[in-house]
Amino acid sequence: MTDLSVATSLAASTLDIDAIRNEFPILGQTVHGKPLVYLDNGASAQKPFAVLDAMDRYYREMHSNVHRGAHTLGDRATVAFEGARETVRAFLNAADTRQIIWTRGTTEAINVIANGLAEKLNPGDEILVSQMEHHANIVPWQMLAERTGAKLMPVQVTPAGELDLPSFDSLLGERTRIMALTHVSNVLGTINPVQDLIARARSQGAITVIDGAQAVPHFQPDVQALDCDFYVFSSHKLFGPTGIGVLYGREELLEAMPPFMGGGEMIERVSFERTTWNTLPYKFEAGTPPIAEAIGLGAAIDYLQSLDRPAIEAAEQALLNRCNELVETVPGMEVIGTAASKVPVMSFKIAGLHPSDIGTLLDQQGIAIRTGHHCAMPLMDFFSVPGTARASFAFYNTLAEVDQLFQALRKIQRLLT
Amino acid sequence: MNATTQQFLNNSLGTRTTIDDVIEDLEFLDDWEERYAYIIDLGKQLPAFPDDQRTEANYVHGCQSQVWLIHHLDEDSGKLFLLIDSDAMIVRGLAAIILVALNAREPRELLTVDIDELFERLDLFRHISPTRGNGLRAMIAKIRDLAATEVGEQAPSRIS
Repeated sequence: MTDLSVATSLAASTLDIDAIRNEFPILGQTVHGKPLVYLDNGASAQKPFAVLDAMDRYYREMHSNVHRGAHTLGDRATVAFEGARETVRAFLNAADTRQIIWTRGTTEAINVIANGLAEKLNPGDEILVSQMEHHANIVPWQMLAERTGAKLMPVQVTPAGELDLPSFDSLLGERTRIMALTHVSNVLGTINPVQDLIARARSQGAITVIDGAQAVPHFQPDVQALDCDFYVFSSHKLFGPTGIGVLYGREELLEAMPPFMGGGEMIERVSFERTTWNTLPYKFEAGTPPIAEAIGLGAAIDYLQSLDRPAIEAAEQALLNRCNELVETVPGMEVIGTAASKVPVMSFKIAGLHPSDIGTLLDQQGIAIRTGHHCAMPLMDFFSVPGTARASFAFYNTLAEVDQLFQALRKIQRLLT
Repeated sequence: MNATTQQFLNNSLGTRTTIDDVIEDLEFLDDWEERYAYIIDLGKQLPAFPDDQRTEANYVHGCQSQVWLIHHLDEDSGKLFLLIDSDAMIVRGLAAIILVALNAREPRELLTVDIDELFERLDLFRHISPTRGNGLRAMIAKIRDLAATEVGEQAPSRIS
């Protein structure tokens, strides 16, 4: 055992996992008669009472439309709603709440940015992405490239599942107008050195967009330290409700971008001759916003911040270490994504077994994982697999659950071979 | 008669192995491991699928596993013969159950089989429910479309 893993085991032992699990009511159920082992957190994470209660209280006690100002309920709703925006601002260490825009999720946020940057692109300009991006950080740029004549340049990935830095350097150049990279790979768990890459891209004058969907459930980004132009994430992977996400943007870029949708709330003044836009962040928030969801997301972040974050990160690394130790107990098992710096995500294949069969037979044993291409087909092509099985962990998962996963995998192997 | 036609006609699923056999076997097994071992064994009875037929046209789109389907209408008997392939073992087994229920039927008869009800009875409905992206539901729909097309083509000729 290395010094680091001794340190992580010690820190992990200070966490009261049972108490944490009791905060997540869904985790107590059985599936096919077995206790649920939920290892599909990368697809969507579960919700603590703090989130459920905040949303319930909002609908019971203060529901009303926001920013209309004529009555008490509206004031209460607006205070709670804007309070959630402040919570997100503090979470990201953004300078101002005007830079925090609500979207439906990461996907919508990237589309808002891609749409907003269209006027900055000329034919022959280049958009740098990587081979490990989720489709949500490929397709909007592909559509933008088609519209503007720009070119999509995918940075290569190494066999270990890290960004290939020589490839990055060779593709980054004076034609690079946009760099859109994921902070953490949803398939591999790799934590990319985005701070360094943002600095390199900015020195070439490129606009930098970071997909934080898989990062924020595991650690807290600091957008000012990263010095990125945009940072986006979804609430539902961060233990908050579905239907809401966050777009953080540099203020001058947001000011220069045209609105994504027209309608109520996003206007300053409307006439049939001319409409002027509302100020940030409302310019990008047409229509009645997801009020309860924003409040739920705020509650999720408050809940997370009430926990011992270093202990949580150590406990998550301990889960990953246990996985790595147990891989050899399943003959023919191979982990896809062995980067030095990873969040607790384990994509794998087992010789002779189809991921879909693994998923079905784990489900029979109460264990939920994801199988398939994980919305990252270019990455599947790189690793020459039709798909993988992926166990993705959250801080409420236990070492015992990791053991159960491997026990179940060995049972499946006996059954299928 | 070419080799592929032979493979269609020699398929035991739906001919020598009947749906009553499968129902009886599965109802006897109550442990999930035995049930899935049985389903996987059934999948091993799928006749070999011709390599040159694994084409885009015969591919049934699903999210998690790959499924191919080809068919042959035997003019002598008027029966529709089916061959299915998949790269996943459980999907192969479930496809075998679908073949036991639908293979070597006259198209009109095929359309009367209630596959959802059969899978409910076998406690396997979740595998073909619309929420699963394994392509089996799309495959069942494709088989029913094939049968409906045959019926549709036959009907006018009978009127005339």
